[in-house]
Amino acid sequence: MAAVDFAQQTQEELPEPRAKARPRRGLKQAWQYRALIVLALPAILMLFINNYLPMFGIFLAFKDLNYTEGIWGSAWVGLKNFEFLFASNDVWRIIKHTLLYNLAFLVLGTVLAVLLAIVLNEVRSRILSRFFQSAAILPNFVSMVIVGYLVFGFLNPDLGFVNKSILEPMGKDPVAWYASPEYWPYILLLVNTWKTVGYSAIVYLAAIVGLDQEYYEAARIDGASRWQQMTKITVPLITPVIIILTLLAIGRIFNADFGLFYQATMASSMLKETTEVIDTYVYNALLVTGDTGLASSAGLMQSIVGFVLVLTVNYVVRKISKENALF
Amino acid sequence: MDNKRTNPFIIIGLSLFSLACILPFWLVFTISISNETDVTKHGYSFWPKQIDLVAYRYLLQDSASILRAYGVTILVTIIGVAVSLFITSALAYTLSRKDFPYRGALSFYVFFTMLFSGGLLPWYLVYTRFLGVQDTLLALILPGLIGGFNVLIMRTFFTNSIPPSLIDSAQIDGASEYRTYFSIILPLSLPVMATIGLFTIVAYWNDWFTSLVFINNEKLYSLQYLLNKTLMNAAFLQAIADKAYSNTATVAQPLESIRMAMAMVAIGPLVLVFPFLQKYFVKGLTVGAVKG
Repeated sequence: MAAVDFAQQTQEELPEPRAKARPRRGLKQAWQYRALIVLALPAILMLFINNYLPMFGIFLAFKDLNYTEGIWGSAWVGLKNFEFLFASNDVWRIIKHTLLYNLAFLVLGTVLAVLLAIVLNEVRSRILSRFFQSAAILPNFVSMVIVGYLVFGFLNPDLGFVNKSILEPMGKDPVAWYASPEYWPYILLLVNTWKTVGYSAIVYLAAIVGLDQEYYEAARIDGASRWQQMTKITVPLITPVIIILTLLAIGRIFNADFGLFYQATMASSMLKETTEVIDTYVYNALLVTGDTGLASSAGLMQSIVGFVLVLTVNYVVRKISKENALF
Repeated sequence: MDNKRTNPFIIIGLSLFSLACILPFWLVFTISISNETDVTKHGYSFWPKQIDLVAYRYLLQDSASILRAYGVTILVTIIGVAVSLFITSALAYTLSRKDFPYRGALSFYVFFTMLFSGGLLPWYLVYTRFLGVQDTLLALILPGLIGGFNVLIMRTFFTNSIPPSLIDSAQIDGASEYRTYFSIILPLSLPVMATIGLFTIVAYWNDWFTSLVFINNEKLYSLQYLLNKTLMNAAFLQAIADKAYSNTATVAQPLESIRMAMAMVAIGPLVLVFPFLQKYFVKGLTVGAVKG
């Protein structure tokens, strides 16, 4: 959303360069602005280390990385890493999981967040409204590690609330949750929604609060009920916001939330069949099995597809509403 | 008539929703104050059969590892947030200056990092091979120092709320660029600093990923990573219990409640400050939110 501002700002600013004396060129000009350059330098350097050096490192996907030979000494292997990656069935599975999970998160998350925002907007008491908002954002405030604990509280196979206090009294057999992949799509959908819906709802609520109140006054004078006001005014008016946020989320659909898939499942390898996504796959290849070829090629594939997606989505957003485009 | 009062169904619905948000925390809290025999017999429940603070007493006996992890997290958070706010705002200020000749190129330099990433492996190698900071506190501090998004949010703030004439007049009065930045820009940017600062605090406080990737030395475990280990590694939990219990007899160790008590010790302070920070947190979430 800040990107929205960024885009607006770029467009506002570009046509009005400051009316100063004709800028001098080259080194002289740099010298004139040396103080500003010095101020910017630490951050420039940090972005270079943290973001640009890894970008240059994508060539590693075309090498057989060998720590004893070093990064430069390792042999070039062309596309062999990618051949290995795509020869395994894993790659299609993790792509499918990443896309389907993100899609499900997006659809359910958006519907519930909009609903929650509309409902929160109906609360007249300030104290209650504040309390509900607090409760809604609390899950967003805690780390994924804590989320792992909370899930474990319910799903611990021996003592967990679900097995001991729900299934046992009903006379059903306990479920070995961390070894039963078939349940996890639903569990992860629930956990992710629980953690993120309050946050998105607050964003939508901000959009709703910002709507022109005159529409509502006019509607009330015409005798519209609150329900009619919600469905006929609020929802249509925030639809552009929903579309933009959805498109932006689609731009990130190839990137999974590593924390969710790693912590909520307690990194159980028995759940891979339904819970392995690109990000956990790359992590495992790099730091658990040490297969750097798979890690680098899968990582590069993810970066490139993600980049293309963002560009495409931005192109679409620009067509719909120029001011909401990222660039 | 129905404008003044909220529909009771809405109140009920939202109350249930709030309950769903809070209850999981309550479950973990209850386990932490439960008697171990009750827990092993009846499983986790939302109401303790009898209150037993033995787990907390255990943790007090061997508080060294927790205190250490707290210390690591606090240190990393303080240094990280201070440095991050400084370098982020300095870059954002430079970008907000319309007379700065490299503004376009530098904006693109920042923006491109939000579009494309090199992936985990090259990123990992930069820190371990190039900088060689694995198993040092720097590995926990450096990765979180700067984010393109924060730079752009701050830049927007500077361009929108600091009039160029203010900078001009300060410099006509003889203030250097540094002086302008430190004594005029920074004091005026407290609101955006508070918002970005809060988010950076939460990001550092909740970070476990950099520890997972870079830290092997137990002494440098951050709080979240210590918790992560306790949850996922039964042997690690056992070691903590053994250490605390070495001077007593062979009674069964309350492993279940110790584990959850550790989570509570970590969540506790956060939940206590949350109501006070919530207002700023909401403001931060909606910073630059799309206009309706």
